[in-house]
Amino acid sequence: MSPSDSSTIRHETLANGMTLVVEQMPWLESAAFALLTPSGSASDSKTQVGVSNLLCDWTQRGCGNRDSRQFIEDLDNLGVSRGAGVSTSHTSFGGAVLAENLGRTLAIYADVVQKPHLPEDEFDEAQLVCLQELRALEDDLAQQSMLQLRKQVYADPWGRASYGDVASVEALTAEIAKAHFAASYRPNGTILAIAGNIDWNQTRDDVLRLFGDWKMAAESPIVETPAEGIYCHLPFDSNQTHIGVGYECVPYSHPDYFLARAAVGVLSDGMSSRLFTEVRENRGLCYTVFASINTLLDRASVLCYAGTSTERAQETLDVLMSELVRIREGIEESELTRLKARIKSSLVMQQESSSSRASSLASDWRHLGRVRTLDELTSILDGLTCDSINRYLQDNPPHDFRFTTVGAEKLEIPVAVSP
Amino acid sequence: MQFRHEVLDNGLQIVAEINPNAYSLSSAFFVKTGSRDETAEIAGVSHFLEHMVFKGTPRRSAADVNRELDEMGSQSNAYTSEEQTVYYAVVLPEFQEQVVDLLADIMRPSLRVSDFETEKQVILEEIMKYDDQPPFGGHERIMASYFGQHPLGNSVLGTAETVGALSADRMMDYFNRRYSPHNIVLAASGRVDFDALVEQAKRHCGDWERSETSRDLSRPAGKTGFEVIHKETAAQEYLIQLADCPASEDADRFAARLLTTIFGDDTGSRLFWALVDPGLAEFASSDPYEFQSAGVYMNYLCCSPEEAASNLAILTEEIAKLEKNGVTLAELEQAKNKVCSSTVLRSERPSSRLFSVGNGWIQRGKYHTVAESVAAYKSVTLDDVHAVLAKYPLSKSNTLAIGPLAELSR
Repeated sequence: MSPSDSSTIRHETLANGMTLVVEQMPWLESAAFALLTPSGSASDSKTQVGVSNLLCDWTQRGCGNRDSRQFIEDLDNLGVSRGAGVSTSHTSFGGAVLAENLGRTLAIYADVVQKPHLPEDEFDEAQLVCLQELRALEDDLAQQSMLQLRKQVYADPWGRASYGDVASVEALTAEIAKAHFAASYRPNGTILAIAGNIDWNQTRDDVLRLFGDWKMAAESPIVETPAEGIYCHLPFDSNQTHIGVGYECVPYSHPDYFLARAAVGVLSDGMSSRLFTEVRENRGLCYTVFASINTLLDRASVLCYAGTSTERAQETLDVLMSELVRIREGIEESELTRLKARIKSSLVMQQESSSSRASSLASDWRHLGRVRTLDELTSILDGLTCDSINRYLQDNPPHDFRFTTVGAEKLEIPVAVSP
Repeated sequence: MQFRHEVLDNGLQIVAEINPNAYSLSSAFFVKTGSRDETAEIAGVSHFLEHMVFKGTPRRSAADVNRELDEMGSQSNAYTSEEQTVYYAVVLPEFQEQVVDLLADIMRPSLRVSDFETEKQVILEEIMKYDDQPPFGGHERIMASYFGQHPLGNSVLGTAETVGALSADRMMDYFNRRYSPHNIVLAASGRVDFDALVEQAKRHCGDWERSETSRDLSRPAGKTGFEVIHKETAAQEYLIQLADCPASEDADRFAARLLTTIFGDDTGSRLFWALVDPGLAEFASSDPYEFQSAGVYMNYLCCSPEEAASNLAILTEEIAKLEKNGVTLAELEQAKNKVCSSTVLRSERPSSRLFSVGNGWIQRGKYHTVAESVAAYKSVTLDDVHAVLAKYPLSKSNTLAIGPLAELSR
């Protein structure tokens, strides 16, 4: 057993453009995979938002020689703990299994992305599932506030939610979905990441056999339209007001990313972080408060959230903002030491989970076209200093804030918060 | 993998599943106290106390506690349920000395009045947060209706009124009664130095004073019922059903869990095919919740209000079919494959083993290896499942609907 290093991580790009990235973790019993196809919500055309999300359901209603029921029975009998979802850039299918069942599991997912039946008589069901999701979202005010905030920090299509809306989903047809499938479920742009107790040669052979004949398709261009306004209030008769604040940040591929990540860590990682201490511990203003980096390929933002009762919402926003403004004055050595300890510990513990390694491999490949090993991440972390972070914060203080509130009353948005 | 167990003179139990090859060490204090140990006037005190435990000790301020947990790079938290309050931290093994020192120290909190008032605001916010979220207090409501006067019907969070009226003295009194060392288990998993752990426990916990504690372990008789609560602002209708199922100490709990996997797992189950796959419901599931001396199946359904009545009819029909015809061998085998695989997959993380080991010990005083749990599922027969179905009929249930509907036909 040894910490993973570059010798245990292998990759290969197939002739059709699909990339396989594998990390061997021989101390585990499991293997996990993440299969990312380039059918993200950003690939949905403006009048068809929600089509990738619908396809994510429809492709799982029978594939290869299995009908809808056989598909689920086969996965259950293999004991695949699984999930699927749509992000801005991809539709991801992921799962974990006992390592000996990985080959048979991959064979099923190879069919999901290449040979789904897309049964016309189950299109309505798939559409209804999407409409049910939209209705359930109406009852989730915290998620609504964060989805709206994304529309204000990013231009469309980068800020949109994968669900679309009732009108766009109702307008989808089997024909539209099939055309989107043909254009977006393609090997060029697909990443398959696998981590666990597996053999590289065997896995590579399996993947070449299962995905090697997948035909390439052209990538469609994306047209951007500007982000929505600075402040958006969604009125709702609720006990709590859900507050979202967003601002620009550098993406994962940027050389300064870890400086930005450290600054957000000081704000929000752990119980001694500034937001938890000032908003919750010292003032008791809320139960939930956090900030996190949302990174796309070429842009990123910091998204902050606090949920609090209507009468204390203004004070909560004010305290939250004062911390976001204060961070430009710099962080302290002790804060950085704690943050490093937290990140290091979670890096080491990633080796106990094939699923979290598979996700990291896929994400690294997507953002960097290569994988950062745990050793490399550790040395980046060791190299972080207060000086470098504080210089970054002086040059790039949080600014150009965007605000979203969901709740009974609108709030006063601070005006003079730019440097 | 090795299991070890020790008891201190004052009754504190120490258990650990040791894996010398693990990357991490998980440790926790499991306190056998929760909402079922509360009276109506102090409803919510167990959970409020859980928050106050992080607020400092004679040796540490609240800020010290938070800071030290972060300095160790720990993943730590706490939770309160109907029958236990758990404080845990996952760290790299080199931090064993520090993490046990800290967790043991906060188990004797100062409960300072000024912290008490500030934290009360956080709890009130937490109550409001859950009030705004599906199923909008429906869970608490049906537990109370089902269990009636039995304390398992108590709400974990309490209400704004009971929490608002709680005093620091009452909490201290509750603490003194419930946090007796013989009512606490120190559990650990992963790369644990067990001899050092016992020595640490003696040093930090050896002088904890024992007091008398007890728990009402009478077997409750669940009440049937049907209630519709009108929640105008909700978009979806939420249906919750409770029915009797085996308790945490009952041997037939394995059969009951397989039965609900067949009937109401979130994918591939009968409810999935009848309600979720056709897009009639956003969510439909059935799960067993096991407590000491009692258990409940919980069926949960979320759908548009227009479809609530027809979906309830489908649910009722599926229950009737299940009780009349039972399950097939193919269904049972599929459920076993699913449950056994997820048991093994979950066990790869020592942090997840911590909860299996700690819960098993506090609820049953027993330890099972992963292989023993898998064997217990594998040995369940069709007859066992059908015996559970006959003994615990899902049709004898209490139903609650909450959402935009003012009424719902049964």
